[in-house]
Amino acid sequence: MSYVIEGETGDWELVIGLEVHAQVISKSKLFSGAATDFGAEPNTQVSLVDAAMPGMLPVINEYCIEQGVRTGLGLKAKINLTSVFARKNYFYADLPQGYQISQYEYPIVGEGEVILDMPDGSTRTVGIERLHLEQDAGKSLHDQHPSKSFIDLNRSGVALMEIVSKPDMRSPEEAAAYITKLRSILRYLGSCDGNMAEGSMRCDVNVSVRKAGEPYRTRAEIKNVNSIRFVHQAIEYEARRQVDLYEEGGQVVQETRLFDANKGETRSMRSKEHAHDYRYFPDPDLLPLNLTQDYVDAIKATLPELPDEKKERFIRDYHLSAYDAGLLVADQATADFFESVAKGRDPKMACNWVMGDFSAAMNRLGRTIDNPPVSAANLGGLIDLIADDTISGRLAKEVFELMVETGKAPAVIVDEKGLRQVTDTGAIEASIDAVLAANGDKVEQYRSGKDKLFGFFVGQVMKATGGKANPALVNEILKKKLG
Amino acid sequence: MSELTKLTMAEAREGLKAKRFTAVELTKAHLAAVGAARGLNAFVTETPDLALERAKLSDAKLAKGEAGPLEGLPIGMKDLFCTEGVRSTACSRILENFVPTYESTVSGKLKDAGAVVLGKTALDEFAMGSSNETSAFGPVTNPWKRKSDPSVKLVPGGSSGGSAAAVSARLVMGATGTDTGGSIRQPASFCGLVGLKPTYGRCSRWGIVAFASSLDQAGPMTRTVRDAAIMLGSMVGYDPKDSTSANVAVPNFEAALTGDIRGMKVGIPKEYRPDGLSAEISKLWADGIGMLKDAGATPVEISLPHTKYALPTYYIVAPAECSSNLARYDGVRYGKRVEGKTLDEMYAKSRAAGFGKEVRRRILIGTYVLSAGYYDAYYIKAQKVRRLIADDFAKAFETVDVILTPTAPSAAFGQGETDDNPITMWLNDIFTIPTSLAGLPGLSVPTGLSADGLPLGLQLIGRPFDEETVLKVAEVMERAAGFTAVPAGI
Repeated sequence: MSYVIEGETGDWELVIGLEVHAQVISKSKLFSGAATDFGAEPNTQVSLVDAAMPGMLPVINEYCIEQGVRTGLGLKAKINLTSVFARKNYFYADLPQGYQISQYEYPIVGEGEVILDMPDGSTRTVGIERLHLEQDAGKSLHDQHPSKSFIDLNRSGVALMEIVSKPDMRSPEEAAAYITKLRSILRYLGSCDGNMAEGSMRCDVNVSVRKAGEPYRTRAEIKNVNSIRFVHQAIEYEARRQVDLYEEGGQVVQETRLFDANKGETRSMRSKEHAHDYRYFPDPDLLPLNLTQDYVDAIKATLPELPDEKKERFIRDYHLSAYDAGLLVADQATADFFESVAKGRDPKMACNWVMGDFSAAMNRLGRTIDNPPVSAANLGGLIDLIADDTISGRLAKEVFELMVETGKAPAVIVDEKGLRQVTDTGAIEASIDAVLAANGDKVEQYRSGKDKLFGFFVGQVMKATGGKANPALVNEILKKKLG
Repeated sequence: MSELTKLTMAEAREGLKAKRFTAVELTKAHLAAVGAARGLNAFVTETPDLALERAKLSDAKLAKGEAGPLEGLPIGMKDLFCTEGVRSTACSRILENFVPTYESTVSGKLKDAGAVVLGKTALDEFAMGSSNETSAFGPVTNPWKRKSDPSVKLVPGGSSGGSAAAVSARLVMGATGTDTGGSIRQPASFCGLVGLKPTYGRCSRWGIVAFASSLDQAGPMTRTVRDAAIMLGSMVGYDPKDSTSANVAVPNFEAALTGDIRGMKVGIPKEYRPDGLSAEISKLWADGIGMLKDAGATPVEISLPHTKYALPTYYIVAPAECSSNLARYDGVRYGKRVEGKTLDEMYAKSRAAGFGKEVRRRILIGTYVLSAGYYDAYYIKAQKVRRLIADDFAKAFETVDVILTPTAPSAAFGQGETDDNPITMWLNDIFTIPTSLAGLPGLSVPTGLSADGLPLGLQLIGRPFDEETVLKVAEVMERAAGFTAVPAGI
């Protein structure tokens, strides 16, 4: 599945790398004790440290370190036992210290990988270059006053993980799959809620184009793209722009660009000549961060089963297709739900129900897996009723809708509505005899070669039994009677 | 002048205990002295009402037998310490009206120990200077006078010059200083005081306006070694709010003053005799070595080969850190703001109006040495040299217990005498800077007078967290030197 842009001078290939800023789930900030709740009144979650009052000093929040290590392990990455916090110096009104405490030369996490699950069921591996911890800045509000900007420092100092991929992606779909998978891993780990709408996951996209076999060309960095859909759009637009530029004889300049979601285009923010000189240097207020292998191992021992391992297990133990397994494991709660339903039952049927009628009902009603329209036990019960021929697959759909409506167990519904499948051959035979007697002419036609009428008889029998007759038995007996 | 202001902390402590006078009387005597000595410009902010309130509390505690180690003792607080509800300026226009809502760890500990703070003492702006002339609130005058020309106003040294002048002029019994490259020791030497910069990490930096984070350290400035030991005991200790604060046991520093230094080896670094070192300072040093020999210690010549690189190293590291530390003074949240048409213009105008010449000079140097393309050549190289300087000391301390050097290359100079060349000013710290770069404890003790009647100090340098040995040796020298001279008028 190779993605190419057809230009006048031939085909162009995309090279994409992503820098994802993921807000660490933690009650307090990276270097202060202030709270991190989203949506609080402006400037109500600001400590003296976050406001950079004179003489204030940062103190590392150990829990954020643990989250960083946990995430690194989840990305199968190298954990650096020594890392260093550095100051990234620049002036901005929502950056109280005049520098951001980040990690530069010595990040806490080194190289790792993310395996993408592509829509066709195939996989691709994208390298992780590094993960480092850093403080978030505050927020500038430019729309509150005609001539002034307001500053909200609630976010100032909140811990972020910057996760930098290698330039390993070759299509907008791969970039989307990367973000989806990364988000899934972070959620499994509980280190980031992955909520792009609230800004707890933000994305910078590096895009360049090249002819097949060429080394990398100059890239542009598109800042702060805040949904997977926009990442897709921004990449497509930017790649096309670069191709057009090259083909008109121009050159791509290394620069920072902004994605305008309204116009669906990228615009230059600042070029390399105007790039900040951040004057990084080790933060003298913080000693180098030294971890022990025991500490890392202890965190490793608490890691949950992650999507890739779970997917493998689902394929192995439940004999699901890679595609089905990939869909199920994308969300941990869904995977758990599936496993409860599948326990002791036909996994393929469980998968079909979870991903089919159940998902549809959940979406239709705006429910979530934590507050499902039908409990796993009831859904499992329904599958049992199909498996032991109590109800047919067709009736099961009706029962399911009643379960959604009433919340009742499937067996209760079947009994109340008298939906139990008729498997009594005597009763079915009686129905068939009645149908054949009432349609003597059609029986004649059938016998003289009009095979298609068989369906008609089945339909009549099912109608006569209120749909409850076991379809396989009806077929069998009908065939016998019609000779 | 009241007799009460002539007491040492140790004497006043006994007097209060014996009820020969009250804390309120002691405080009033000193407040009167403060009022009479405003010409020195030692204080930026006086807090007499707060002081009397505290003194009353001290008397109550003394009466109940609940006195802290510094109960009722009047001190000065360098205006680099943030003090809750009391203006804290760093002697900069940019913080001219800044009143913190919090108390620095060290000033809080001193108050908890019962010290009565009479006010905030002057300093070079953001502690950048060696003469107190860079203060935004005017220079501080040294209470000492030249015999040859008493009309010349001398500098008290810096940056803790206000503290030095106040202790020397008997306005307070002791005062806090902070030392980044010599800011406690050099003014102590200029004003005939004992000044101790503890080991880096001994005192919490939390709530002290930062100059150069990897070097800044608070310490006491007093008139005797014993007083320095007393005061130090109430300043030190691990503080979880400062990640560079050391979690080490706090000894009883006063108990270290045994007077017995027999068998001790004292390192005499040969590199501390630069060309042009005055005969006066050379003799002071030789006399100091003699005192230690007489007390049973053995001088040992040592080599600290990287000494000559210390000053340039310091003037890369300290400005680099300061350029970043002072970025927070941007006019956005607190401090001076000068409006501009754009955000950048507001920054430029606010900082131009808020910072003095020396501070701007150091921000520019620091910004330059951290810039892309220069970082490796300057900052990284300086960090490597800093390591070598620390290694020099570590090696020396394999054979010696303490090191003796001059504190400063000269006695106090006149106000305005070094205005034209910052390098001349920077050279004041050539003997104190290596200790700072190595993070070691250093103490200046007055041991003699210049030909012109001005005090001169010698510096004792110890192993990391071995302030006890430094104090012990200093007390022996103090006694041997019999330094009893006082500034004119005392």
